[in-house]
Amino acid sequence: MGMFIQDQILGMKWLNKVIGNLLSVLGLDITTRLGGSVQFFIYDVIKITILLCILIFGISYIQSYFPPEKSKQIMSRFHGLGANTVAALLGTVTPFCSCSSIPIFIGFTSAGLPLGVTFSFLISSPMVDLGSLVLLMSIFGARVAIIYVVLGLVVAVIGGSIIERMHLEDELEDVVKNALRAGRVDISAPDLTQKDRLIFAKDQVVETFKKVFPYILVGVGIGAVIHNWIPEAWVEKILGSKNPLGVPLAALVGVPMYADIFGTIPIAEALLGKGALLGTVLAFMMAVTTLSLPSMIMLRKAVKPKLLGIFIGICVVGIILVGYFFNIIQPLIM
Amino acid sequence: MTNVKVLGGGCSKCETLLANAKEAISALGVDAEVEYITDFSVIAGYGIMSTPALIVNDKVVSMGKVLKEKEIEAFLK
Repeated sequence: MGMFIQDQILGMKWLNKVIGNLLSVLGLDITTRLGGSVQFFIYDVIKITILLCILIFGISYIQSYFPPEKSKQIMSRFHGLGANTVAALLGTVTPFCSCSSIPIFIGFTSAGLPLGVTFSFLISSPMVDLGSLVLLMSIFGARVAIIYVVLGLVVAVIGGSIIERMHLEDELEDVVKNALRAGRVDISAPDLTQKDRLIFAKDQVVETFKKVFPYILVGVGIGAVIHNWIPEAWVEKILGSKNPLGVPLAALVGVPMYADIFGTIPIAEALLGKGALLGTVLAFMMAVTTLSLPSMIMLRKAVKPKLLGIFIGICVVGIILVGYFFNIIQPLIM
Repeated sequence: MTNVKVLGGGCSKCETLLANAKEAISALGVDAEVEYITDFSVIAGYGIMSTPALIVNDKVVSMGKVLKEKEIEAFLK
């Protein structure tokens, strides 16, 4: 039963069959490289698009209950490691776009939340969300998905705690300090009706689809090329068990890239199929979603280079450790 | 005169909201001025945590949403 859900409902294996049959009827031999690539491309684009629409709708509906104003109130009730943990958890359900990171940053700090708690939120928010949980489940299975999310939360909690201990309050840019001096202003998020929440969820689907679809096409395209054209020996040599430095390599390549988890998953899936190690592939995905040049440039407006550097360093080290951990436990969970 | 402020960090969503606000004003033909505020300390001063936000006569009417022209018109009447 569990396998059926994973293969047929989440993984949509039936769709692959349907497309294969359709292509054969149209006269394309799907056993050839080209035919196989076309089948993989069409199947993956449709599958990921369907998952995206359903997922974003459900997630946005849940997120509508956790606007940042409310998360701020919840977080301020906790202290110490508990606050970091709650921040990391809320980071997974609070709607977040990198252009809101500075107002969120200022809002949290001016509410008296410790810097480390804010960073736990900022790390977990892009790194783990409900979307990645379900998406990973559909492709790598429930065990991998749950461990990925738990480890992501651990990185966020520990990373935030380290920043806390380092007392980097001086490393905030003037725009944050000025806002802090001006004092805190509390406004509560507007009350939403059920209809408002559903409309919000629908709008999010449309918006995310428009934003992410090009990345899906590119991601699946690269995935299709890897799937059918790149020799297994190459992938194994660079990203497989033959290269002990595969994890850091994957993480560092992924850091500056700006893409969505929906775009990286087809690449990850194809690499895994070609003998790349699980942890190496997941480190790449985590690096792509957590850090990107645009988000670093945005955050640089709120924090000085030293704090930004520490933030990036913690994320990279955390991602690499998660990658190695997955490589070690891969034989046990897959 | 109605004062309309669009607050945001200059991302594409914020610019869409600004354009929609201007269209709503000209569609209604009301006497209103539009300000585009990108200074984060001012934005935070209003307690806003999700951008873009819309302020009409110093009252925050929307946060974190790209309102459509029709929705903005409702706040201007």
